[in-house]
Parts: sequence; structure tokens; C-alpha cells
Amino acid sequence: MRGNVRKKLLWVGGLLLLTAVLAACGSNLQQNSFDPAGPTAQSEKDVLMLPLAIAALIFVVVEGGIVFIAIRFRHKKNQDRMPKQLHGNSRLEIGWTIAPAVLLAIVVVPAVSLIWKLDRVPPDAMQIKVEGYQWWWGFQYLDQDMAVDYGDKGPITTADVLVIPANTTINLQLASMGGGARDDAGNPDHMVIHSFWAPQLFGKQDVIPGLDGQDNHIVFSAWEPGTYYGQCAEFCGLQHGIMKFRIIALDATDWQAWVANHKQPAATPTDTLAAQGMDLFLGSNGEGGWCIACHAIGGTEAAATAGPNLTKFADRTHECFAGCLEETFNPDGTPNTEALSAWLRDPGAVKMGAKMPNYHLTEEQIQALVAYLYTLS
Amino acid sequence: MASVSVSGSHGVLRRPMSTTGFWSWFTTVDHKKIGIMYGVSSFLFFILGGVEALLIRSQLAKPGNTLLNADQYNQIFTMHALTMIFLFVMPMSAAFFNYLIPLMIGARDVAFPRLNALSFWVFLLGALFLNSSWFLGGAPDGGWFGYAPNSTTEPGNAMTFYALGLLITGVASTIGAINLAITVINMRAPGMSMFRMPVFVWMGLVVQFLLAFSLPIITVALFQMLFDRRWGTAFFDPTRGGEPLLWQHMFWLFGHPEVYILILPAFGIISEILPVFSRKPLFGYQFIVFSGIAIGFIGFGVWVHHMFATGLGPVANTAFGITTAIIAIPTGIKIFNWMGTMYGGDLRFDTPMLYAVGAVAMFVIGGLSGVTHSIVPSDYQQTDTYYIVAHFHYVLFGGAIFALFGGMYYWWPKVFGKMLNERWGKVQFWIVIVGFNLAFGPMHILGLGGMIRREYTYPASLGLTFWNQVSTVGAFTIAVGVLLFIINAVRTQLKPSTLTTDDPWDARTLEWTTSCPPADYNFETIPTVHSLDDFWHKKYAEDESGRLVRVPAGASGEAHPGHGAHAIHLPSPSFWPLVVSFGFPLLGYGVLYSWWLIGLGAAVIAVGLVGWALEPSVAE
Repeated sequence: MRGNVRKKLLWVGGLLLLTAVLAACGSNLQQNSFDPAGPTAQSEKDVLMLPLAIAALIFVVVEGGIVFIAIRFRHKKNQDRMPKQLHGNSRLEIGWTIAPAVLLAIVVVPAVSLIWKLDRVPPDAMQIKVEGYQWWWGFQYLDQDMAVDYGDKGPITTADVLVIPANTTINLQLASMGGGARDDAGNPDHMVIHSFWAPQLFGKQDVIPGLDGQDNHIVFSAWEPGTYYGQCAEFCGLQHGIMKFRIIALDATDWQAWVANHKQPAATPTDTLAAQGMDLFLGSNGEGGWCIACHAIGGTEAAATAGPNLTKFADRTHECFAGCLEETFNPDGTPNTEALSAWLRDPGAVKMGAKMPNYHLTEEQIQALVAYLYTLS
Repeated sequence: MASVSVSGSHGVLRRPMSTTGFWSWFTTVDHKKIGIMYGVSSFLFFILGGVEALLIRSQLAKPGNTLLNADQYNQIFTMHALTMIFLFVMPMSAAFFNYLIPLMIGARDVAFPRLNALSFWVFLLGALFLNSSWFLGGAPDGGWFGYAPNSTTEPGNAMTFYALGLLITGVASTIGAINLAITVINMRAPGMSMFRMPVFVWMGLVVQFLLAFSLPIITVALFQMLFDRRWGTAFFDPTRGGEPLLWQHMFWLFGHPEVYILILPAFGIISEILPVFSRKPLFGYQFIVFSGIAIGFIGFGVWVHHMFATGLGPVANTAFGITTAIIAIPTGIKIFNWMGTMYGGDLRFDTPMLYAVGAVAMFVIGGLSGVTHSIVPSDYQQTDTYYIVAHFHYVLFGGAIFALFGGMYYWWPKVFGKMLNERWGKVQFWIVIVGFNLAFGPMHILGLGGMIRREYTYPASLGLTFWNQVSTVGAFTIAVGVLLFIINAVRTQLKPSTLTTDDPWDARTLEWTTSCPPADYNFETIPTVHSLDDFWHKKYAEDESGRLVRVPAGASGEAHPGHGAHAIHLPSPSFWPLVVSFGFPLLGYGVLYSWWLIGLGAAVIAVGLVGWALEPSVAE
């Protein structure tokens, strides 16, 4: 009887497992590591298949064995059977010591060779610096031909969304930044460990303070244009859960347009409200000037690096902000002014502990700033 | 010769006398009473950790949930881990070791009974100290792994509580480890050679050595963290020449042996239960013992597999990928030997057996997912996801906690002289194992599907909602099972005993030769041991074909010289361990709040130790 229950349970378990695997292979998962979109993630998945198959086999043999033994040798009522007293069997035991060792040796070899392959940086890889802040990601395009056309000709700098050309090998240099931002309680933005992970494109690599991007790196590319999702994977403080990013891969034409646009400084707004917002942002009329303490906008005097660079805040590829907690645009493509207003009204109320302070802006000031930010396309 | 009930002490430093009644628990040095106190207090922390788990699963029951905010969630997941590891599985294992090791090796107590009491009281007060942080500005919120520099730069006192709390409970574990190791080495009954010891005692010995060698590492790291936080040193601060990864190396050099500290006691319990309920000796005793020792050794050489993604380079990742694969071998040996033990047996599926077999079956799943971590490139994908959460819950809940439950059912009549209700026990087992698989099975999918650990919420767009909900249902199912266990235990304790024999399971080892519960002095006469499973061989003989024949009662039993309890020397109770233990939380609060408290704590410890040293060894 008890054996039957076990058998049924095993069936239910097996069915559950099957559904589970099917569900895991489903395409509705945005961060599915089993649905690779580039060679790095593909190789990391492939190298697991053989060990997984062997593990599945061992699972079936061992669990099946346990269930079989439990049923076959269970005590039967009214039968006082004294089992044969077996103390061991050296040959058998040596066998089940060596067999796993051989299996492990077989699966470890391809894994080890892949460790070395993934570590290699091709000399022609596009170099991008990834900066981890509390709690958002910044990106700098380090290649010579990716410098902006204005000011000090520094690298193109963005936040939250990493835009890349499809089918191009990229080397991410990972750096943990302690920005100068402070939250309402005056706590500084700490240099802490983060981890950069976009499951469909690449596995994690930690972002370690003090290593400045030279040591920890990720080499990857995306096969197809598209949007890929990722997030910080190492606990990094209060808002670790919402330190997300997206990677948008563009085809060659879109990529060239994107680069050309991002080399340009921000346009000066013509609209009155937006112009008012710009003045508030920079504090040029004696009013405002909060934003300039932390943010940079290319082509203006705002050049601080504690917060995200806002030069192209309203570019179509900048899909999200505040560690991708909020969407920059509504589904119909119109500016998500509601979310941005709420953020400016009280960042900490939208994202607890956000390092951007609440400046107690008036609704008029918020409207002006929102109008300005959405001109930065 | 001294007698059991000591009377008439001299001088100011009088020893407490009573060995019964409420207050005797505070001064007892009896390993059995200390074991019970370890068990009861760690079970209370199990309930607390379980409530924390339910809060976590409630928060994750739907996307974008606001039941808990980020701050509360971070405290709760940190405390859930700290509680389950340091305040439940470790002290519950200590409870079993304390209670059973002397009984299993034929001793009357541990080597240093007062140190044993000290170890318990320091543990309890350290645990209360750690949990007092809830009311003093917030509980630790930097993860049980406390990665620097996040942990060293977090504002507030929370992570200082973490460092101090773990230092204090570490003192308790160190004392206990040394005491129990010496007990096993020195206190064995005549004839109880190392290879006649029950596997549980062997695993206990290995665990005590693991503790003794790994705790100093975390102790140093915790002091460095404490100094970074409290007195401005820069061990882990890269801006001043410190090294963040230093913390991780030290933490995991402790942390990985710690994993085996948590699981080896379970292996010991499984190795005791399976033979009894199979009516067969353990298959390959030596292989099981040596694989346990091997696990202990290799356990110190795999710590980097927690750090594959930290960028230590391909050489380190290759080396530690290989060692991680290697440690699967001795673990696999145990699984096969346990199956060999059951094979051909006469399997009685009483509740202890259900839990032991369940533990083996569940541990296999955790072991197999563990092997996949040695595939370093795919670990880049899996590390810090729910795949890892699934893995270690299969090992630590499916393996360790299942076995601990089995152990509770198995030794309950030994400890309390009463049988837990079997029907309730079986129902409880099936509820727990179904709930367990519902709770943690889906986490494999969640992890591979892109859910990271320690995130307080997730958006619906990730497509992870369904399996999170299944997991939450599973967690509450487990809670129902645990509740049933509690009801069963309370009901059993309130009813009169129905136990008719001192050997209810037809057991094999020495602890079952004593009465249920054992007398203060354990054994009237210290037994002489002739073989492994000595008690079994006194009950059964093997005929030529290896079949068992029951030895007629009394035929081969040793003559019991009838000298009464009055002639047995037992250590006297003492209140000094309790006094000394109060100094540790005082030191802790002193570090947080005032030098005066540090002075007071140091004074309490100093006075306590002097009193301890000067107290009469026993009153004549």
C-alpha cells in the first residue's frame, strides 16, 4: 500500500518536473539562461547539457533504486524475516567510488577548456566600461571612435540601458563606483560589490571595488537585434532587488544613427516650459540648481558624475530609468511624464533609499523639469 | 568515594546541590539536560526562522508585492539564514551530540561538564543578543555572508550586531567542539575502539574538528569587520588599501567546512537509523567512516566555488572546479552504501525510517545540483540565482533537517521515555516532503529562468510569478507539517508513557542499553564493548549462513554486579558557567554603546572564571 503511494508520488513528481522543464524552456521568461541569444550564453548552456543528462540518469537510477528497495524489501506483516547480515562488499564499493570519478573527469574537461576560452579578450573587441553605482548602472564607450564631438571629447556615457551593435564582439570592463550622491539621511553612495548579468547573453561577473575594470571583464555578443534583460546579481545593499538594466542590440544602420546622435550635445530647448526647466536644472537664474550637483548633460555646464548622465535621457533606446524601475515611455511611445514627475516629487517614495534626495520641488518646477528632460532625445 | 547527591559544602564558594526541579536546569552540568536545553532552544529558533521564511515567501507570492519593503525584506532574509544555520541546525546537531555521544561511547558525561554548560549558555545568550537587534534599530541586513564592503559601510548598528552575535555564538561552538572531540578521544568505554564507534560518533568527531579548524578563520574575519565598522580600520576598504575579496576568502574558508558541519551530523543520524530499521548492519562501515573523513578534509579545499564569478582568473577557477567535482565522490559513496544497507533488509517504515530514507532521497537531488556547480562556466549563470537557493535547501533542509527530524522521532523515547505518535508522525512526514518539494523544486526553474537571490520583489514581466506562487504554497505546507510535529510533541509529553521496553526499535548501539530516559549516571556499570553494534550482537547471533538467530534473553548478557547508584562519581552542578556566559553579551553591548559595559562584561567573565577555578571540585 505504502509502496503504491510512493509510486504515485513519483509519477506526480515526474510529471511536475516535466511541466517545469517545459515551462522553463518557454519564451515568456525575460531572463531565461536556457534561451541564449549570443555565443557566450550559448556555450555556458551547452557545457551544462552533458552533466545535466548524466545527473538526470543518476537521479533516475538512485531514486528509482531507493523506491524499488523500499517496496521490494519492506517488512510484511506476520512475517518475522531475519535478513542476511551483509557487512559490505569491497569490490562493489570500490566500483562505486571509481565510476563517479570517471564520470566527473569526463564532464570536467570541456568545462575547464571553456573557462579559459571565455577569459580570452579578442584584440578587436569593442571596449565598454560598465560602472556599478548604488543602485543603477552606467556605461562608457571607451573606443576612440566613440568619443563625443563636444567639450572635452570624452567617451559617450549612458545609464540604465546598454546599447550595442548586434553581431559585434564586446568586452565589458567592470568597475564599482562610489559616487558622490547622498540620500536624505546623508548616507553616501558606497563602493560595494555588484555583479553584472544578462542571462540570455552572458553569465555573471562580479564588479569588485578597487579593481577598476582592468581585471574583471565579460566578452560577449548578441546574434540578433533586440532587447535583453539583466540585473545586478550580487547583494549590494538596500535596493539590490531593483538594480536592473537592459541591453539593446541594434542593426548596423540603427547603430550608426545612434552613435551619431550620441556624439552630439543635448539640444537647447525652444519651448518655454522646457527652457524654464533647463534653467532650474542648471540653476542659471538663481533658482534651482539641485540637479547639476550630481548629473551631467553634454553641452551644458552640468558635468557631475554622481548620478546618471542625462544627455540623451529621452532617446528612444533609453527605455527605463531609476535602475529600470520605471519606464521612460508609455507603451504607446508617449513620454511617461507621470513616472518621472513622481520620481522628482520624492525619489525615496518611489524607490526606498534612493540616493537622489527629495528637494521638495513645487509642481510647477516638476513640470518644467519633466518638460526639459523629455527634450533630451 | 563521592556520591550522586552531594551534600554539605564548605566555604563561600558553595556548589549548588539540587539535580531536580526548575532551578537545577540553570546549574546543571549533565550532558543529557544540556542536550535537551540545546534541543528545545534551537527548536524555538527553528520556529522563528520558519516564520521569517513564511514572510519571505509571502512577500514573493506576487510580483511587485508591498507586504514588506526592501529594508524589512533584507533584514528578514538575512536573519532567516543566520537563524536556521547558527541558531537551529548547528545547535540542534549539538543537542544530539551532547545527549548521545557519551551514551554511545559508554561514558557517564563529557570530558569537561562545566565547559559543556558554558557552551550552551553562551550559545543561548549570543542568540538572544543577535535577535535583540530587532528592537535596537534593526536586524542585520547584509546577508548571512556579510560581503564587505557593503557590510562594513552599512550605516546603523545592524551589521555590528551580526559580527558580535556570530563571535559570541562562535565562542560557544569552539568550546563545545573541543569538549566533544576530547570526549570521543578519551572517554570511550573499555573495548570501544575507534572502529567500534557508531558512525554518528565518527561524524560527530569529524564535525568537532571541522569546527575547531574553521571557526578561528571566521573569528578573525569578524574581528576585522568589527574593527572596520567600529574603529575605522580598513581591512576591506579599497579606497584605503584594503581588499574586499579578503572577506570572501575568509568567510568561505570557514563557510564551506560549515556546510559539512551542518550536513555530517545528518549523515551520522541516517547511518544509525537505516541499519536499525533494515535489521542489517551498515553496509561498508569503513567506507562510510573514511568518506566522512575525506569530506572533512576536502571541504577545506573547495571554498572558491562560492566565488567563481569574482574574477580570480582561470587558474583558480579550474583548480576549484576540479576539487568541487572531487568532493562529490565521497558523498556519492555514502548514498550507495546507504542503499546497500537497505538492500535485502527487512525494512520497517516507522517515522524515523521515513525521514532517514526521505533525507537520502532529497539529499541526492541537492548533491546532483551541487555537482553542476563544478561546471564553472555554467555556474557563471547559476550563481546568486534561485538555482543555488534550491540546491542548498535540498541539501540542508532535505538532507540535514529531514535527518534531524528522523533523529528526533528515533531518540525521543530514549530522551523522554515516551513514544511520539507514529500515525501523526507519518502524516507529518508526507506533508513535509510534499511541501518541501513544492517549495524548493520550483526554485531550480526560477533560478535558471533568471530570478536572482535576495531581491525583495520582481516584476510580472519576468514571467516568474507562477513558480513563485507554487513555492509559497509549498512553504506554508511545510509549516503545517511542522505545526503537526509540535502538536504531536506536546500531546506526547502531556500523556503518560506507554513505553513498555527500553529498546523500542530493536536497536544496535550502546545508548539503548540504558533505561529510557537514562539515569543521571547513564550506565550503572561502564560496559565493556566487544564489537561494532555491540548491543545487537548481545541480542542476536549469526548462524553459519549469516542468518540471525535471537539469543535467548540473559544468555550472553554480561553479569551486572548489583552495586547501586550511590557509588557513582558524578560532576556536581555549578552556576559559574551561567555567570561567565552573561559577560559575553555585556561585552557585545559594550562595543555598541559604551566602554563601561565592556568593562563590566570583562569583569563578569573574570569574576566568573575565578569563581569557577576556586569552586570546590566536589564537597566531601
